[in-house]
Amino acid sequence: MKDNILQSLNLEKIAKFRELGLLGFIILLAIIIQLLNPAFLTFGNLRDLLTNTAILSILALGMMLVLITRGIDLSIGATLALSGMITALTVSAYGNLHPLLAILLGIMVGIICGVILGLLVSKIGILPIIASLGLMNVFRGLTFWVGGGEWVSAYQMPPSFKSIATSSFLGINTLVLIAVVIFLLFYYFVNNTITGRQIYAVGSNPDSARVSGINQTKILILVYTIMGGLSGLAGVLWVSKFASAQGDTATGYELTVIAACILGGVSIAGGVGKVTGVLLGAILLGVLSNGLPLINVSPFWQMGIEGMIILIAVLFNTNVKMLVEKNNLLRREI
Amino acid sequence: MSTRTINHIQDFSWKRFFLQWEWMLILLIIAIFTMNSSLSPYFLNYISITDATMTFLDKAFIVFPMVMIMIMREIDISVGSTVALSSVVMAVAYNAGVPMVLAIMICLLVGALCGLFNGFLLVKYKELSAVIVTLSTMILYRGIAYMILENQSSGGFPMWFSFFGWGYVGTIPFILILFLLLAVIFVLVLQKTIFGRHIYAIGSNPIASRFSGVKVDRVKLIVFTLAGLMAAITAVFLTSRMGSTRPNVANMYELDVIAMVALGGISTAGGKGKMLGAILAVFVIGYLQYGLGLINVPAQSLLVIIGLLLIISVTVTNLRMKGKLKKKTSN
Repeated sequence: MKDNILQSLNLEKIAKFRELGLLGFIILLAIIIQLLNPAFLTFGNLRDLLTNTAILSILALGMMLVLITRGIDLSIGATLALSGMITALTVSAYGNLHPLLAILLGIMVGIICGVILGLLVSKIGILPIIASLGLMNVFRGLTFWVGGGEWVSAYQMPPSFKSIATSSFLGINTLVLIAVVIFLLFYYFVNNTITGRQIYAVGSNPDSARVSGINQTKILILVYTIMGGLSGLAGVLWVSKFASAQGDTATGYELTVIAACILGGVSIAGGVGKVTGVLLGAILLGVLSNGLPLINVSPFWQMGIEGMIILIAVLFNTNVKMLVEKNNLLRREI
Repeated sequence: MSTRTINHIQDFSWKRFFLQWEWMLILLIIAIFTMNSSLSPYFLNYISITDATMTFLDKAFIVFPMVMIMIMREIDISVGSTVALSSVVMAVAYNAGVPMVLAIMICLLVGALCGLFNGFLLVKYKELSAVIVTLSTMILYRGIAYMILENQSSGGFPMWFSFFGWGYVGTIPFILILFLLLAVIFVLVLQKTIFGRHIYAIGSNPIASRFSGVKVDRVKLIVFTLAGLMAAITAVFLTSRMGSTRPNVANMYELDVIAMVALGGISTAGGKGKMLGAILAVFVIGYLQYGLGLINVPAQSLLVIIGLLLIISVTVTNLRMKGKLKKKTSN
């Protein structure tokens, strides 16, 4: 018992240290970029940075829940594209559709996609990576099919729809505002509600979760449904922001989202992950993609740099974990 | 575990022989052949059937090690990126003045090193899952390919290099001969050697097999290196067929390969499945794609079909397993 308390204390300290370390790294990176190019820390650029990171952080929060249950969702890029395409086609056909209805439509499409994946994972027991890999192709193919292989371009969309992403409320861009609201909701949900805690329980030890009466099927479906709904929302926001819907929108974006989670300290082995960490992870990637072009790093280098940082973060995480466990073992011997 | 050992000394029964998944795949191939020949009068002849294999066999080389990996309950989603990286390095090396033969060697070496690196990370850090390791290297390898070539393409290979993608030995495409040769070797290795039995043992129970003296780490290192090497062979054939390469080649190959392995009846729960099933599945998906190409089905619909095939085949395998489990417990 005492060991357990010690271990949890220790882990908590490590987690705090992790987040502070991440924050420190982001600040360091910002200073370096600022020294090389003073245009970085200007109001306009920071606003761009935040709006560009908003969609990533919305998706990363959903992905965190999926990863906590030991799952993974590779289909979100395709879900995003499908929901964006369907919404864009709808608003281009019915120009006077209220933007809120458009957002709802996108979320609904995403939820349907998420429920299908959730059922495959929980009811039939397909490995999440394989189920979502398969659905990724199905959704991506459907996106091309629905769009007839064509783009929906800016001139086809009514101004009210395009203004979802460009308008601001109390001086804050709507995208950023939506991301902040979702962040706060998530913070409350995973920390203060029973269902939120059950998600962690299912991820950290599925067997004992089942024994203690947690409905695993329900939790899994819920998690994938939330992920789907957020992807649907992100689809509408994405299309509104870039004012174009294409068949290949957000191809491979799921990797960036998972990367943000891993950088934020979410363990792919399940049970571990904090909303603040994930937010920092998303911001770090946002700083990289905003800052690297400013210091004349070729955009084609970005993927390689991202890959290296992810790998280093993954190895760092495991090394710290191994160290903690070793310390605990030593302490027990004494 | 006990039932598995009993299975081995059970007498041969015709019923069990015909209930094997492989027959189902053969039926599927016959169905697809019937469909293809009704779609196009030119399909059902020797030349067309062998030539069709040139269009889909390049990625099939990765199926062999992927079967082993998935039997061991692991996965490798970095293979597509490995193909891209080794292909790009080969092209750049050749254009920097390296003789083509040596460039091909370098390509194979790069592929093997990529695989070895995956295996090394998995073995060194036991608590890392293959999903996270290969996901990271998937981004990294393709990222390096982009660093090397940016948005350029590279080619201008010597004439004889196109032999890999387009060449014949007699009337049979070279790629088909090499594929069948490797297929025989891999079937024998997995089904008849101690190394193959060790792979099954690791998949059914990693801890027990470690205690019974299986060198789990070494087996994993070898198999992941093989995956990298086979990805490099894919790179050679793919580059040869296309005549040039870009950093974005072989995008999503891992999906096609995993779909073929899953359709081949290899259980994702580990420890079960046969190499032969996956080899048959290569031809099922390959001829299906070829046939749909004959009637001009767009590439995007192929995506949907492969995705659905993957999900349906895994669902069927899972439900079959569940049924067996129920039967066992009710007995």
